Amino acid sequence: MKRNFKYLLAGLVFGIILVKSEVISWFRIQEMFRLQAFHMYGIICSAIVVGLIAILIIKRFRLKTFSGEDIIIPTKKFHWGNVYGGLIFGLGWALTGACPGPLFAQIGSGFLVVTVTLLSAIAGTWVYGAVRDGLPH
Amino acid sequence: MEFLKEPWPWYIAGPLMGLIVPALLFAGNKSFGISSSLRHICAFCIPANISFFKYDWKKESWNLFFVAGIVLGGFVAAQFLNGQHAVAINPHTTALLKQQGLKDFSGLLPQDIFSFHQLFTLRGLIFMVAGGFLVGFGTRYAGGCTSGHSIMGIASLQWPSVVATCCFMIGGFVMTWFILPYLIKL
Repeated sequence: MKRNFKYLLAGLVFGIILVKSEVISWFRIQEMFRLQAFHMYGIICSAIVVGLIAILIIKRFRLKTFSGEDIIIPTKKFHWGNVYGGLIFGLGWALTGACPGPLFAQIGSGFLVVTVTLLSAIAGTWVYGAVRDGLPH
Repeated sequence: MEFLKEPWPWYIAGPLMGLIVPALLFAGNKSFGISSSLRHICAFCIPANISFFKYDWKKESWNLFFVAGIVLGGFVAAQFLNGQHAVAINPHTTALLKQQGLKDFSGLLPQDIFSFHQLFTLRGLIFMVAGGFLVGFGTRYAGGCTSGHSIMGIASLQWPSVVATCCFMIGGFVMTWFILPYLIKL
């Protein structure tokens, strides 16, 4: 519990950013997919650039975690799920106006009905686990 | 402190979000990603003897604390940082959505779709229940979401994440341009 407290704190900060930047707004997602604003693209791209620079610095100077371990970033192997699953998630993203992070933040900010969307997303993950072997990867 | 109560511009919010990546790495070698939490919840609550859910989810429990933190963050922002307000989107988007039949523009989500009243209408079921299902199924099939692939994956220069992100966008464009206008009218 104590060991995990820092992640609760990191999540808290992330949740506040998601709300205050209006990333959790269905309208912002609509605007993004209609190419009518730079807002969401600016957020995602600048987050990538900052993350990229941070990771380059970590690798270049072989920085370690606070407890002294080597930092390891797992490699992602390509599989066709990246494509099929990606397309399916995209359809859902435009409908709900939320990726998984914003779902949690929407609930916290008082949209209690989104609990239903989250439960449905959990069900979707469960069904994927159940039918996984029959799907092309 | 007043500026905290204004909506944050992209050039503040984006870089702050990017800093979550090294923060989690330094804190304990954790890769930024949210959708895995849905898998851990399945493994915890309803593993049902499915091999995909048979793993030591307790080792990944940091992720559940992280998403619990996001819920708290949403609460703090809404309660103390003026997080609930109309969103100043492009007037063209507003005009188009009005034309398609949307009426409520007073908050972060349109109440005429996302409310308990709408839950048992066909439109509400599609947006909330079917939409959520696609998000949960799709992210796990794709092996990540906007955080795990688009931010963490691309920032660590992994090309499968670029592919996945392009597919997220294509799916979103197809829904927004070709399907959503009919669904809003339901």
